Amino acid sequence: MVEASGAGEVIPPAAVEDVELYHPHSWWTRYVFSQDAKVIAIQYSCTAIAIGMVALVLSWLMRIQLAFPGALAFLDAERYFQFITMHGMIMVIYLLTALFLGGFGNYLIPLMVGARDMVFPYANMLSYWLYFVAVLVLVASFFASGGPTGAGWTLYPPQAILSNTPGGQDWGIVLMLVSLIIFIIGFTMGGLNYAVTVLQGRTRGMTLMRMPLTVWGIFTATVMALFAFPALFVACVMMLFDRLAGTSFFMPAIVEMGEQLKHGGGSPILFQHLFWFFGHPEVYIVALPAFGIVSDLISTHARKNIFGYRMMVWAIVIIGALSFVVWAHHMYVSGMNPYFGFFFATTTLIIAVPTALKVYNWTLTLWRGNIHLTLPMLFALAFIVTFVNGGLTGLFLGNVVVDVPLSDTMFVVAHFHMVMGVAPILVIFGAIYHWYPKITGRMLNEGMGQVHFWITFLGAYLIFFPMHYVGLVGVPRRYNEIGETSFVPESVHDLNVFITVMALVVGAAQILFLFNLAWSLRHGRDAGGNPWRATTLEWQTPQTPPAHGNWGRELPVVYRWAYDYSVPGAPEDFIPQNQPGTFPTREAGA
Amino acid sequence: MTAMLLFLCVIAAIIIWWSAGQGLMSKPWLEVGVATAHGPGDRRDPDQPKLPAQKIGLGVFLAVVGALFTLFISAYLMRVSTQDWWATPVPRLLYVNTGILFASSLCLHWAKVEAVRGRRDQLRTAMLAGLATALAFVTGQVFAWRQLVAAGYTLTDDASTSFFYVITGMHGLHILGGMVALVRTARLVRAEAIVTPRLRLSVELCAIYWHFMLAVWLVLLALFAGWAGSIVAFCQQLIT
Repeated sequence: MVEASGAGEVIPPAAVEDVELYHPHSWWTRYVFSQDAKVIAIQYSCTAIAIGMVALVLSWLMRIQLAFPGALAFLDAERYFQFITMHGMIMVIYLLTALFLGGFGNYLIPLMVGARDMVFPYANMLSYWLYFVAVLVLVASFFASGGPTGAGWTLYPPQAILSNTPGGQDWGIVLMLVSLIIFIIGFTMGGLNYAVTVLQGRTRGMTLMRMPLTVWGIFTATVMALFAFPALFVACVMMLFDRLAGTSFFMPAIVEMGEQLKHGGGSPILFQHLFWFFGHPEVYIVALPAFGIVSDLISTHARKNIFGYRMMVWAIVIIGALSFVVWAHHMYVSGMNPYFGFFFATTTLIIAVPTALKVYNWTLTLWRGNIHLTLPMLFALAFIVTFVNGGLTGLFLGNVVVDVPLSDTMFVVAHFHMVMGVAPILVIFGAIYHWYPKITGRMLNEGMGQVHFWITFLGAYLIFFPMHYVGLVGVPRRYNEIGETSFVPESVHDLNVFITVMALVVGAAQILFLFNLAWSLRHGRDAGGNPWRATTLEWQTPQTPPAHGNWGRELPVVYRWAYDYSVPGAPEDFIPQNQPGTFPTREAGA
Repeated sequence: MTAMLLFLCVIAAIIIWWSAGQGLMSKPWLEVGVATAHGPGDRRDPDQPKLPAQKIGLGVFLAVVGALFTLFISAYLMRVSTQDWWATPVPRLLYVNTGILFASSLCLHWAKVEAVRGRRDQLRTAMLAGLATALAFVTGQVFAWRQLVAAGYTLTDDASTSFFYVITGMHGLHILGGMVALVRTARLVRAEAIVTPRLRLSVELCAIYWHFMLAVWLVLLALFAGWAGSIVAFCQQLIT
């Protein structure tokens, strides 16, 4: 049991034995082959953002093609498919997953739970370098003969490895699969670190229920990813055998261009099951860290404790568990048994319950809070709105009867970009504005940040709201041009031009953001140790940016939960987690 | 995917069992102060050492490896239930190999016992025996493959043989990876004059991994030999 300790009582920080820290001796081991989680986090983030910029440019090119078909001479149908594939794969896996878990996970977990570093620093370093190699292999496919694969980001067989698909019988698909396999091996090394550090590396007094929700989100997402990624691994290995060795795991008997292929007897549906058994948890692998981070941003910048902390934790865990039994809602049009579809529609809709609970709790946290409209707060608010909007169309698509006609239209594109693209990216921006002062010691420029926020937020809506309409009138996705079709009204063409212009503007605003990152590194306002007056441990480090080993000579001791904001009777409106003592007017249930 | 869902149920049960002792029902906003190492609801002595992180790490890793093989098995079971399926005959050599892997696992258990007793020389013998038997197992698997190929069951012959080669290959790779750890531990034995706690932990981790890979192999063998057939049929009845 926890004893309430008196105001002056201080407990010695023993409990956790120190991790054997690896002390770097040279520039190479300090900044390149570093085993320090903070350096690895920055490496992960920079690599993820760099490859993400490639995906951003690809989306520009695709939008230009959709608005002005044929305007770019090199962008034929094959190129278009290749760009779709690479844009999707890069954004979902190499950007979002890597940035949330590899970037924020590495930086925040040790600092927030009061550890000196991850528990297995060497494996952590390997994790990053495998990720780096995976990115290189992926990029290499742009330069391979035949170009990258154009199979769609879901890589469905049999078309993924047929000769008419770009990269199908060239190097494209092989490099894609190899890159994914390397990524998964690398991720598993990192994931073990994140999970075991949360389990074993917590400092004295940091109970599970005192962890900030950011850590809960990243931890749960990591555990999910550890069990979901093997499904993609299995699918990739088996497809690699189909492509290179001529086995028939996924390849049915098939006649291509009048020629009987040597494959036969395989099941394409098997691949879909494996892929989506990974693919659906992947949505929440990206969403749960975002949920956690946004909870902390809202609580800190509204100067109020998070509403219903326990519910928030349980909701994260329940969402994580449920997300493993909904995968077949991506396969409604694969010809499944109607009862099967009914089951998956039900589980899909049930997930809305804990998710809605989180949205209510965020709103109630804001209610009568002392809301500071700082940049992190703006992005957090934008996330809530966007996530609700994207989530509502998810309820439409979760129903089989609605999904079947909409499945192949731009409506789906608009839906998942809203809920899985824009929403998590907004959280990433908010988190970067929030933690950049801790990482560099300087604030990001406020003016540039405001411009970036409003263009990104409003622009995203101007892109994706019209796209819902385009989808509802029946414009199919995955088409490089729709041409003149009787059911497509003239207004759709105008809308397409509008969406494209907006996409170009929003993309350009991200260049301003990158410039801000670089500019503020040198010219930003000095941040001090705790500019947001936050309670969590990472703001209480002796140095900013935190030095190697994070905590100086002694580990912090945790006396309270992470959300003691505006406690009545306290001298300030926040009490750091490592500050002992209670305050007389504190009431039960505060 | 029934097999995988069952596997996840087991994992979920472990997580629920573990989290029961973690105070997830506590009200952290009311509880100020620090008294225990693990938090409210924890009755252990705060100064008692926790499980080493390496052991927890191995446990999580084995769960992931388990998921990997369960997914292969899930895929296999889905393919078995279709029309054109001809099972691959299991070469008799596989049973010999199973015996060798079993012996290897025993050696590692012996090594663990010696490590706990602190007898360095016996530990070294046990480790080397474990390594030799592991090598024999992998060699035996390669010979089993060659027998099958000689009998005309090649990789691309049909779905059953494809699964056989890929899954046994994946298991073999995991054994090879384990042998790297074994070699490193054996070198540690040579370098250290006495059995240090670190060495004991390494040996213990190797032993756990080896027992796990033996268990995986037994499941795979049951699958290929068709003993699992009756269970599969039962599962199919449950679904349909």
